[in-house]
Amino acid sequence: MLTFLRRYGTLIGFALILLFFAARLPDTFLTARNWLNISQQVSMLMVVAAGMTIVMVMGDFDLSVGSTASLSGIVAALLFTFGYPVWAAIGIALLVGLVGGLFNGVLVSFVGILPFVATLATLTMFSGVAFVVSGGKTISGRAIPEEFGNFARDGIALGPVTVPNLTIVAVLVVGLVWVLLEQTTFGRRLYAIGGNIEAAHLSGVPVRRLKLIAFALTGLSAAGAGLLYASRVASANPTQGSGLMLNAIAATFLGMTMSEQGEPRVLATVVGVLILGVLDNGLTQMSVDSYVRQVLVGGIIVLAVAASSISKSSRR
Amino acid sequence: MTLLSLTNVSKAYAGIPALRDVSLDIAAGEIHALMGENGAGKSTLIKILAGVVAPDTATITLEGKPVSIDSPAAARRLGLRFIHQELNVVPTLSVAENVILGHGYPRRAGVLVDWARLNGVARDALGRLGITHIDPRQKLAKLSLGDQMLVKISSALLADDGHAPARLYVMDEPTAALTREESERLFRVLHEIRAAGNSVLYVSHRLDEVMALCDRATVLRDGRPIDTGRIADITHDDLVALMIGRRVEEAYPAPIVPPSSAPAIEVEALSTPALHRVSFAVHKGEVLGIAGLSGAGQTQLLRTLFGDSRIAGGTIRLDGKPHRPRSPAASWGGGIAYVPRERRSEGLITSRPIYQNITLPHLRTESAGGLWLTPRREQRDAKALGDDVRLRASGPAQLARELSGGNQQKVVFAKALSGRPTLLLLDEPTRGVDVGAKFDIYAIIRDMTAKGMAVILVSSDLPELLGMSDRIAIMLDGSITAIVTAAGLGEDALLNLCYGRTATPEAA
Repeated sequence: MLTFLRRYGTLIGFALILLFFAARLPDTFLTARNWLNISQQVSMLMVVAAGMTIVMVMGDFDLSVGSTASLSGIVAALLFTFGYPVWAAIGIALLVGLVGGLFNGVLVSFVGILPFVATLATLTMFSGVAFVVSGGKTISGRAIPEEFGNFARDGIALGPVTVPNLTIVAVLVVGLVWVLLEQTTFGRRLYAIGGNIEAAHLSGVPVRRLKLIAFALTGLSAAGAGLLYASRVASANPTQGSGLMLNAIAATFLGMTMSEQGEPRVLATVVGVLILGVLDNGLTQMSVDSYVRQVLVGGIIVLAVAASSISKSSRR
Repeated sequence: MTLLSLTNVSKAYAGIPALRDVSLDIAAGEIHALMGENGAGKSTLIKILAGVVAPDTATITLEGKPVSIDSPAAARRLGLRFIHQELNVVPTLSVAENVILGHGYPRRAGVLVDWARLNGVARDALGRLGITHIDPRQKLAKLSLGDQMLVKISSALLADDGHAPARLYVMDEPTAALTREESERLFRVLHEIRAAGNSVLYVSHRLDEVMALCDRATVLRDGRPIDTGRIADITHDDLVALMIGRRVEEAYPAPIVPPSSAPAIEVEALSTPALHRVSFAVHKGEVLGIAGLSGAGQTQLLRTLFGDSRIAGGTIRLDGKPHRPRSPAASWGGGIAYVPRERRSEGLITSRPIYQNITLPHLRTESAGGLWLTPRREQRDAKALGDDVRLRASGPAQLARELSGGNQQKVVFAKALSGRPTLLLLDEPTRGVDVGAKFDIYAIIRDMTAKGMAVILVSSDLPELLGMSDRIAIMLDGSITAIVTAAGLGEDALLNLCYGRTATPEAA
């Protein structure tokens, strides 16, 4: 019974949440329109959380993803105001995320600073840079090319529904991360590092190099999320990504409660993201105050993680 | 007179019986050995005694009075003391604080810690084991694993405050990390305990130790009590046969073919911060044993050859060609394999399946293009390797953590052998491994040397070194002081060499 709860508790909880909203919001909740809406709302978080899963597989984490997202949005918007073409601005903004991630990786694997400390420092740094280059102002209006803002509003028609571009990007990113973590030797080695870093090292896993790459990929995905965000609101300001980091870690933790070995899995992270997204969507529709919403979401995370750890410790 | 009696002890985990109707009687004033292979039920029985695991059925009496042990505190009140395999110590506290852990600090004026008395108590406790080289004020983390074990033992032996005098000490592999001298001191203390009328329940895989130390032994196999008897009435071979359920003809299999004269590795004046001008050669098909007191540089030597330490000077030739160990990854690729000292913390990723452990160093070839995983092929190859090393598991996808110690070590061996290495580095390959698996591992070593593999074997088990090695190099303080032929060498002579005494090495 306890093992069952540990394994499926989070999924059962998710099902109960769905049932609850379906009962309370019979007209709107279980519609394709609403679900496409949810998928679009969570797409940025999905991209960041997928990237966060990569470093969490190694037992590390990255607190700087929110700042990186803000910074990449700012960089792209600034480049637009200088008249750069859309593809170049996007490319450079992604590069900024990649370099930021590499910097995290160097601090963690070559300098040897704990990820918590290293990425806490870079969180502040990247955020500061975003403020400096933007002058602390929101960049919006005519500076942002129409095609950039339109991307988030458009989608691909699939029969009667239109799947938003943001959703498609998020699904693609999740797919890529899934292939990387589950189907390649790279992913296998990351899981080995997360399982036992010393044994992995002695088994010939190039721990430092892989950590570097993993942090770079997390930075890259954070920059991607920042661009999606900027496209969605057709503007950029130096704080708009700051909510992403805690939610991405929360989603990955929710996912970890679902896997047998307590390892992060990207598909489980997706469920974690959906839980957060559905809660947000449903509670908003029920006009629950946003502060109350925060309390509820936090409580559910505690509940899920507690359920999985209580049953784990009682197995002894 | 019976001190503690256990009858009808049964325990099943998720329907799988770990103990079936086990009985055990420990007399007052005896050292009683609890023997059996890994998985025989020894740990479960000890955990029941310690109040950590609740038995399904059990009748326990202490000096004839029925008692129940439902918590570690209850076990302590009854006078039971435990020294577990895993160190339960707090590395960030001082040695003295670890010694009195669980006893409460001596105080001054009610609230202040009386450090002088604390350190005095700890010094006395250590002194009882003849330990003078450990400063009670040192942080425990600074000590070697062996010294930490000594601190732990001192703590369990600490004189009691009178509320619950110790009656029975339960020791699970206490000598695993100790040098021979330290072990001997522990044995003297155990004799004192016996002389005072108290008892010891002693668990060890080291048969020689048990034969020399214990009065009686109880053997468990597959959770069943097989026999209890006086050690004086039984031979070493009988005991082994009882434990594994069959007779073992010869403890150490003889070499299948003699080593060749072609060197596999030649080391010349190798120096690192821990090694001083180490020189030796190992021939193809040869086992070179490395003997020495703990911390003489054996592990550093293996790690250096494996590319995990920086080299300050010296040359290495591998198969006649100059070789520079760069990293573990490069070593695996270059045909050098390593079985590390600590199985669980260095050898295995226990949260992962067997096959992923075995293929981890070889993913470059065990994949499509070095990038795409091919789990089906990995499982097939792992299965074949597992069969080669006589691995007993439900399948290659079973998690490594679910295996017994002996089978876990076989997984580490399968991993080491899967790249068909030319040089195999073994660091205490049979430590904490049950007797049956031990012989399997010896047979594997013989098979591999017959195929021309060279083996460097670091071991603190002297009979094993003498039985398996062609030649033995003696290490002392990071140097090789002698290299001797193993045949005809006695344990005493080898031990003397290890201590740096009577150095009359034959040229080898």
